Formats: sequence, structure tokens, C-alpha cells
Amino acid sequence: MMRFLLLFSRQGKLRLQKWFTPMTEREKKKITRDMTTMVLSRQPRSCNFLHWKDLKIIYKRYASLYFCLAIENQENELIALEVIHRYVELLDKYFGNVCELDIIFNFEKAYFILDEFLMGGEIQETSKQMVNRSIEASDMLQETMEEYMSKPAF
Amino acid sequence: MSDVVEKTLTALPGLLSLDSQPGSTKLSSSSKLGNLIRGITELTSKHEEEKLIQLELTSIKEQVSSPNTSMRQMKELMVRAIYCEMLGYESSFSYIHAIKLAQQGTALEKRVGYLAVSLFLNESHELLLLLVNTVLKDLQSTNLIEVCMALTVVSQMFPKDMIPAILPLVEEKLNHPKEIIRRKAVLALYKFYLIAPNQVQHIHNKFRKALCDKDPGVMTASLHIYLQLIEENPEGYKDLTTSFVTILKQVVGGKLPMDFNYHSVPAPWLQIQLLRILCLLGKNDQSTSEIMYEVLDESLRRAEINHNITYAILFECVKCIYTIHPKSELLEKAAKCIGNFVLSPKINLKYLGLKALTYVVQQDPKLALQHQMTIIECLDHPDLIIKRETLELLFRITNAQNVTVIVDKMLEFLRVNKDDYTTIDLVGKVAELAEKYAPDNEWFIETMSTVFSVGGDTMQPDIPNSFLKLLSEGFDSMEEDRKLRLFAVDSYVSLLQEEPGKLPQRFLQVISWVLGEYSYLREDLEVDTVLRLLAKLLDMKTTSSETKSWVLMAMTKLCEGGAGVSVAREVSETYSSSLDTVLRQRAQELQHLSQDSEMRARVLPRNAGLDPLEVDSSLSFLDGFVSEALAAGAAPYKPPHQRQEELAQAKALSLEPYGLSLPISMSSCCITDRQSPTLLSISSGLSGNSNDLSYRGGLKLDGVKRVWGREGYLAQREPVEESAHVEVPSPLRSPSQQGGAGGSHSHTPTHTPTPEPELEKQQLASSLFVGLASQSSVCLMGKSEPTPQRFRRKANSPASSSAASEKQSNSMVSAPSTVDNLMFNNLLDSHITSEPAVSSLEQTPQLSQGLVAANGSCDEELPDSDVNGSSPSLIGDDPVVAAELAPHEEPPKDLLLSSCLPAELSGLSHSEITPLCSDQILDLSACHVQKEDALVLVVFIYNSSDSDIQQILLELDSEELEVSCESDSAVQEATGHSVAVCQYSLSVKRPSVHVELVGMVSYQFPVGTPQSVQFSYKLPLSSFIRPMTVSTEEYGTMWLDFSHDTKQNLTLISDDQEPLTATLSVLKKKLQLHVVEIIGMEGIVACRLLQDQPCLMHCRMHAGTMAVWLRSPVPDLPDCLMYFCQRALQEH
Repeated sequence: MMRFLLLFSRQGKLRLQKWFTPMTEREKKKITRDMTTMVLSRQPRSCNFLHWKDLKIIYKRYASLYFCLAIENQENELIALEVIHRYVELLDKYFGNVCELDIIFNFEKAYFILDEFLMGGEIQETSKQMVNRSIEASDMLQETMEEYMSKPAF
Repeated sequence: MSDVVEKTLTALPGLLSLDSQPGSTKLSSSSKLGNLIRGITELTSKHEEEKLIQLELTSIKEQVSSPNTSMRQMKELMVRAIYCEMLGYESSFSYIHAIKLAQQGTALEKRVGYLAVSLFLNESHELLLLLVNTVLKDLQSTNLIEVCMALTVVSQMFPKDMIPAILPLVEEKLNHPKEIIRRKAVLALYKFYLIAPNQVQHIHNKFRKALCDKDPGVMTASLHIYLQLIEENPEGYKDLTTSFVTILKQVVGGKLPMDFNYHSVPAPWLQIQLLRILCLLGKNDQSTSEIMYEVLDESLRRAEINHNITYAILFECVKCIYTIHPKSELLEKAAKCIGNFVLSPKINLKYLGLKALTYVVQQDPKLALQHQMTIIECLDHPDLIIKRETLELLFRITNAQNVTVIVDKMLEFLRVNKDDYTTIDLVGKVAELAEKYAPDNEWFIETMSTVFSVGGDTMQPDIPNSFLKLLSEGFDSMEEDRKLRLFAVDSYVSLLQEEPGKLPQRFLQVISWVLGEYSYLREDLEVDTVLRLLAKLLDMKTTSSETKSWVLMAMTKLCEGGAGVSVAREVSETYSSSLDTVLRQRAQELQHLSQDSEMRARVLPRNAGLDPLEVDSSLSFLDGFVSEALAAGAAPYKPPHQRQEELAQAKALSLEPYGLSLPISMSSCCITDRQSPTLLSISSGLSGNSNDLSYRGGLKLDGVKRVWGREGYLAQREPVEESAHVEVPSPLRSPSQQGGAGGSHSHTPTHTPTPEPELEKQQLASSLFVGLASQSSVCLMGKSEPTPQRFRRKANSPASSSAASEKQSNSMVSAPSTVDNLMFNNLLDSHITSEPAVSSLEQTPQLSQGLVAANGSCDEELPDSDVNGSSPSLIGDDPVVAAELAPHEEPPKDLLLSSCLPAELSGLSHSEITPLCSDQILDLSACHVQKEDALVLVVFIYNSSDSDIQQILLELDSEELEVSCESDSAVQEATGHSVAVCQYSLSVKRPSVHVELVGMVSYQFPVGTPQSVQFSYKLPLSSFIRPMTVSTEEYGTMWLDFSHDTKQNLTLISDDQEPLTATLSVLKKKLQLHVVEIIGMEGIVACRLLQDQPCLMHCRMHAGTMAVWLRSPVPDLPDCLMYFCQRALQEH
């Protein structure tokens, strides 16, 4: 099971956080701090897997943004890396050439996509088409014309 | 793909000029959020940001509370509030509005509302109560999207106690026509299963339906639940193996719709899930394993594309092949596959290759030999993670011949490592290896010194403890012991002469203890040199007060002769006015004992490591003092939990009287603290067959804490070891010799001449992998090895060793307890002299007890605490029933009463019959009978008059108990000189150490006025305890679910072979507990409080005591049970 997913910038600014198990605010802050320092201090081209307490941390950098996923000990590291990659693909498909700014300004959309992709710490839908279809379905549902226009084109 | 993504912008300040770029339209530049974000990026200091956000929050606050704000505006405000929270600024005022938005908004607004709720609120937040209705409504909605949103939020954050409210609706969704709803419902149920397995027990057959769902997505989702279920009980699902194999075959064969492909690999997530399930099912089960060989082979074959995702599948395949019943053909392929990982230039794959090697090296040590050069390279890898994993692998192949090299490498790593968690883990491993395989004294002491200085104060306390234990208990030869101790003294003295300020506190404590005990061994060492070195420690600012008391203790042992006394006087003067009471006490001891050398020799005998000290833990020598104090009007002693309780009652607001009970959370942060003992904690990554016990069902055997394995206690030198000696040229090699000696070893493959650095590596390799080749005596994981072990303990029987350890810890820490011991001889007298009053009273119950026994109805299992009338407890608050017993009571009546016990109860054990009250007409007595599933209170009403009495009405009431009448009616009648019997069954509402019933009996003569008499009856909670039979797995799941806990160290009983077993069997007998399993130093025990309130107990032997951890869903139950355990052991 996945425990949490954090997105942060190269400067260590948090861009998105998803906690799959209940945690207090203090724990969250501590973990976020630990993760940013740990991941940002990694040399390029080194291993994408880390240990933190009894969790495995899988991180990957996409341009200026770091994706950092914590999984339980018995999980498979490589597949976790692909979870991150699939999420990036989904974002890319939705925003069209996604960049950090898309996620900053439309972070709620990024959350919605994540919620369609993962649920309760497990993969829910692996098909790109399906995730996008359900996001669009809810997007279209009640959107006013104005909002529809301001939505990214793809 | 990633190139496409990496087109992104570099820095945020460039944002404003973005308008001309193609992406600008999507930035909704006019929105308020956009303005806020842009505003923040323009700022330069943290302080400015704070100001801006505060301003923003104020404006949000104003708007959300305004009644004119529309839901659409609210949605926008919520997004801004989420952003502020993400930056770390609290906006708690908006929480309630988030819930409102989720409640009242249209679908799109609702979505933001739900998102905000799930980001803002924690599982335990009280506002979540308000969400239940909204979720209920949305689950019933006809709008699919609303149902989806509700299911999503439910799986994200729903608290355990609210699950029942929505469970039926979620369950219903399993039959929904839309597959997306079904899938989400399955996942929500999976989540419920994780947090509250009991609540979804009734729908297990519905999971099976989900597994057979025509939509592959729903089926995939149901596998999460199955993985969990099978992990807990593999036996129960063997029948599904064929189905899982068939599904996997179809997936691998590409039968699923293209939609499920990921980079042209068919449903990799599904494949991995299935492989993990098969792995669990096939473990230790040949026939089941045989079903899956074919599909595993096919999976290996099909995964050929060079992509991460296929490697992920391969890795899982390999793991599975090595876990299930072995098949040589598959093993060969898997080994080849591991080779591909290890040799891969991709660092991630190399890492996993090392992991896989660590995993399989137990079954196939030759595989490590094959890859030895790669392993050596990884050992010098710049990436610490790779290095760490390599060390983990080396740890598993350590033996007496390569220990020095491997430990060297580990220490080297420790010096550069900065992560505490890794340090703690690795330090434990080094200590374990050092104790197990140390080639000589010098090496051992030096290695341990490094362990102590690197491990610092974060390391597990067992490490220094067992080190000191090892030193003090000694080994087979006195001479060896002396040498070891002498070397320790030498090296510590020189350490103190250098820079003691840099050493961690724990190490200083070890040093002072060793110097205090053994510095006399070095004859040319002046006592006052040592004293001065120690005194220097006291003066350092960095020294903690705990260390100071260790130092003072050591000085107390040392101070003799003129110089010693003067140093002692100086020091004790400084510290006898210390604010720290412990220090002050130590200083006083130092002062007094330094002046009276005869007393010192008695209290702190030199080299007294061998004779166990007896400690009177019940402090009975104080009985005289206590009875005097009581006579003088002092309040009787109340144990802490009772005081707590009274305090809690006094303060009505305190809902949780015990600070120890933490809120339930499965969060990762508190893992180390709250982890179930049935989970493996610090074991390294993959774990194989031989340690699978600890991986799943068993106790935590692996990892740092287990410093001494079972073989550590191997006593005698066995002939086998001698033969092992022959094979090894010289076990006492120093590291410098190691390379050469290893090189000449016959097992190492011969290489053609190679350039210099290569040669070095090969030498390292041969010293690392020595002893690994195919002999029968290959020892991995230190299991069952006949290799010579240097530090073998003496042939202590475990009982005496634990007694010795108790002694040792006492002599180490507390002088007072030693003094106690001096008074121990008086124990017997003090009992007699201090309790004349009690003992005279005691006779009566003893007598009646004897009679009951003669009557044949007293059973051996009668819990001890029930007959505690015979225990001489003056201090305890125990309402000794005997004390209430009126002296004129005649024994024969007891006999009469016990013969009146209802027939169905007479065979069961019952407490002694206690008089409740009497007047001139009626005499009431009662006892309680322990049935298997109930506790029955039997009240005897004896009519001592000549006339008959009708309409005797008995009313019972209790705050702590549920009382229900078992007889047909509560109204009785009693003829003259006869006994009427009423039965009540009792169950506990609110646990407390003693529960009390108050009652009133009213009756009427045929002629005359109604009469009534009041009485009360007290009984210990332990009468309500029954054994609970659970399996280790069940125990594990339950453990995590229980929120109320307490921890305490109890004394071990050591009159048997195995102290833990002996102690637990005493508890089992006295308190009717069920011992689930005992593994090594740990034991798990379960019991229930009638009717079925479980309470779990986890015990661990540690430094001569038993660390007990009790957990239960019922508040106060752990504390009460702890009290009874303590008493049971004291009375033993």
C-alpha cells in the first residue's frame, strides 16, 4: 500500500500532498521536511529508492518538480516508479504538455486526477483513457461556459 | 514522454512575462488564486510571505462567513484556503465551510468541498461527524459522479466508528450496474477491512463475487482485499489457487482489453498483485506450488521488453519462485534473472539485484559467490543506498572467518552515514556480529568501542546492557575473562585520557561501570588516577545527570586509601547539595561508604558477579514500619492506578485518565513505537523462508534488538566445533593477515593475473566470501552453525543466568537494593512480628477453605487472587475478605452453605463463602462461581429464626457491573433454619481492579413490619478473566486495533528452565490467560474479560525483567490486568 505522495519543487516548495493513512498535522510537516531535505540532497543519476524509517521512498524528478511516493516495505519499488510515471502521463494528457505551473495554478485539478487514479493507497484505474473520461465527465457536468473556456485546451 | 514534460519553465519569477506564451491561457490570470500565487512568488522573504498570507486569510475569513457568499464563490474561496494550508498556514475557520460546501454545493462545488474536507480534516477531527449525513445522501444519489465522490472521500478519511453508518450503502454498491462504482465500492471496503476488519467480516462472500466480476477492473480491485486476507490466513484460500493461476495465465497471454496495457505490457499491476498472492499461497506447500510452476515459467519468458515495468514483474516472479516450494528448473532461470539485475548498468536494477541476492542467499549461497566482484564494486559505490544494501547482504553471509572484514566495512559506512534510523539498525547488527563471531578480545573491545561511539545515544539500550552482562558473566575460562576485562579497562582508561568530551553518554556509562568493577585487575593502575579521570567526567558540562550517577556509583566502588577518600569527599560535597535527588543519593552513598570500608566491602563486594543477589521486591522488611505508620493514623497505601482513578473521578472533565493511551493511527511516524509485535520491524528488505516466521506470523526476531540469538546461549564446547576448527586454518586472524590468509583459501576461485586494483578487489573478495562455498557447514544468517564461537557463555542454566542478570543490573545501578538484601534475612521475622493481628484473622478463612476443599468442590484452578485472604498484604489495598469475617462465625456453617450450592455449579471452582450481613433473623452470605462463560454470584439467605419468612426481595446494583438474575424470580421464601439461594450472573461494564456490588434485602414476616438490610460485596476483576484462544495472525491484527494500552516491567520467575515460559505459565495458571505463542525472548498472551472484551499481552525478556505491554479496546482493562499480573508474580 502507498502511504503518501508528495510533489515539491526544486526549491523545496510543496505543490501537492496526498496522505493515504491518517496522520496528525505535526507528523505531516515533519515528513514533508524530511522528504524534501532527503530527496533534494540526492545526486543526479543515483538510485531512485530510499529508506525512511520502515518505509521505502521512491522519488523521481520531472523537470523542476519532484514526485515522492512512500510505499510499505513489501511493495515493489519499480512498479511504484511506474505509478509516478503514469500519474505524470495523466497530468500531461489532461493539461497537455504539463508543467509545474499547471499544477501550481490548477492544483485542485491535479488532486481530482489523482483521486481517480489512486484510491485508499492502491491503484484504482490504470487506463489513461478511463481516468480522463471520468475527470472530464465531472468537469463538464456543471461547468459554466466561462469556466469551460478557461479550462486548458487539449 | 518525459521529454515532453521536461519542457517546463525554469523559474517562477519569469511568470509575469508568460502572457505571450502559449500556456498563458490556462493560468486564469484574472482569478484571485492566480493573483495570490503570483504575489507570493514576487516576495523575497519568509516574513513578507507570512504577512501576505495572513492578509489573504483574513479576507477569506470575512467572505466565507458572510451570508451573501454564493456557493460558487465559496468554491473559489476554498481553493484559496487549501493553497494557504499547503503553504503551512492554518485556516481552521474554513473547515466548517468546507463541509457546508460538500453538503450544499452542486456537483462541481461539492467536489471542491470534499477535496477541502479530505485535505483539512484528520480522521479524528470532530467535524467529520457532520459529514456523515452528506456522504449518506450522496451515496444514495442517482448522479453517478456524486456517488463516486462519496466513495472516494469514504476511502480517504472515514473514521472507524462511523463506518457502520454507511456500510450497508457501500455494500449495496457492489451490485451497481456501473463498473466504476463497483470498483470504488470494493476499494472502499478494502479500506474498511484495513481499519476495522471485524466490521466487514460478514461480507466475505461478496468479495468472492467481486473477484468473479465480469469487469477486470473490479476483479483487480478485489485482489487487494484477497492479498490481505491470504496474508492473514493462507490456508483458508488454497482453493482459489487455480483461479488465480488461470487469471494470471490470461493476463500474461494478453487476453485483457488493450485499455489495461501499460507501455504494451498487459496489466502489470494486476500481474504483480497476482504474483504476490501466489507467493503467499505456495509457501511451504508443495502441491499448491506445483499448480503455479507453469504460469511462473511463462511470466518469466514473456517479460522480455527492456522496460522498468517488465523488470518489476520479473522481480516479483523471482521472489515468488524462491518463496514457494522449489523447482530446480525455475530456480535456475530465476538465478539467471537475478544476474541480469545485478549486472545491469541501471542503478535501480542493480539495487534490486542486491536486494534479491540478500533474499536468496539463504537458500543459495553460491549465487553470492558468483557475483562477488559486483558486490565488491557496490561496496564502494558512491550512492550510500547501494552501499547500505550491500552491507545488508554481507551481514547475511557473515561467519567467523570473514567477520572482521565485514564489520570493518560496516563501521566505515556508519562513520559517514547521517540517517539515524539506518545507524540504529546497523549498529545493532555490528554488535550482534561482534558478539557472535569475535576472533579475539582486542578486536571485540575495540569494535564495541566504535559501536558505542558511533551509535551514540540513539542506539538500542540492549546493546550496552548485553555487553556489560557479557563482561560480568564471563565465559568458560576464568583466565580469558580476566584478560577481556583487563583489556577493556586498559582501552577505556586511555580513551578517558584523550578526549572524553566527545564520547556519547551511553558509552561513558559503560566506561564508568567497567572501571568501577574491574579496574582493580590492573595492578599497576593507581586508584586515584581512575578516580581523577572519573571526576573529570563529572566536571564536563556535556555530561548528563544520568551519566553522573553512573560515575558516582563507580567512584563508590573504587574509593579506598587516603587519596581515594579525599577525592570522594570533594565530589560528594559538591553533589550532596545537588537538586537532582538521584545524584544527591549517590553522593550520600559515596560519602558514607568511602568512610566505612567494611560496610563497602559488604555492600559492594568486589567481583561479585557470580553469586546471585536476592531482592525482596515486595519490600516486606518495611512491614513493621508500615504497620506503625498505620497505627499512628497514616492513610493506607493505594497503588497508582487506584489513585489515578480517584483523581479522575474527582475531576469530572478528565475523559482519559491514563496518559498512555494514544489515539489509534496507523501512521508511519509512530511505527517504531506502536508497531505490532507480530510485524517484522527492522528486518532488512526481503525476507526469506527461514525468517518468514518473523515476517508474518511470528514475533520480531530479526533486527537490532536480538543481540543474542538462541545459539548465543549455546553452552558447552561440542565435539562438532572441534571438527569445524580443523577446517579453518586460524580463526584468530588479525585483519591484516586476513587478506593473505583468505587469498590462500582453497574455495576462492583462481583468477589469471590481473592489474593492481583488480587484485586488491579480488583479495577483498576472497576475504569476504571465505567460508561461503559449498561445504555442508555453510552458515547463513547465523542459523544453526557449528562454527567456533568465541564468546560462549558459561554453562549457565537459563534460570540461573536470568537470576544473575537481575543481580547484575542491581549491582550496577542501585546500592539501596543491595542494602535491601542485607536485611533480607530478617524477612521472616518481620512477617511474624508485624502482623499478629492479621494472622489471627487469617485462620478462619483458611479453615473454611480447607473445608470447602474437603467437600470436593474446590478445584485447583481457583484463581489465586480470590483466596488472597491468606496473603500477608498489609500494604495492598486489597479488601482482605478475612478481615470482614466476624470472629464468631462458625466453620460448620460454611459447610452447610457450600452444600447448598446449586447442583450445576457444584463442580466448578468457587470463591470462599463470605458473610454479607446479618440481623437477628437473616444471615446473608455469598460466593462467586467461575463458569466458563460467565461469573455467577450465589447469595445464600439463611433464616436463623424458627418461623418462615415470605417475600424476601433481593436487589443488587453496581456501578461497574451488569447484574442479571438467573433464578426464576428474585422473591424467595425461607422456612425456619433453612437456606434460600439466589443466583445472579455478572458481567463487567467498567473495569476496575475490584468491582463492588451493593445490595439490599427486604423481607416481611407474616405479621409485622417490613425489614430491610443493606450489604456490599467486593470481588476482584480477575474473576472475570477467561482465556481467549486466538492464532498468532489474529493476534497481530487485533493488536493494532486496540487503543488502550499500558506498559510495565515485571519480575521474571526463574525457578524453572526457561524463565519466560515459567513466568507465563504462572500467569496462565493464576489468571487464566491463554499463551498464544512463545518465540525466543518474546511471548504473546491473550485473554478476555467476560463476555468478550479482549485484552492482549506482549512480553519480552529484557535485562532480567519482563517488559509487559497490555492492550485492549476497553479503557482501564490493561491497567487492571497489569495489577493482577504483578500480584500473581509477587505471590508466587
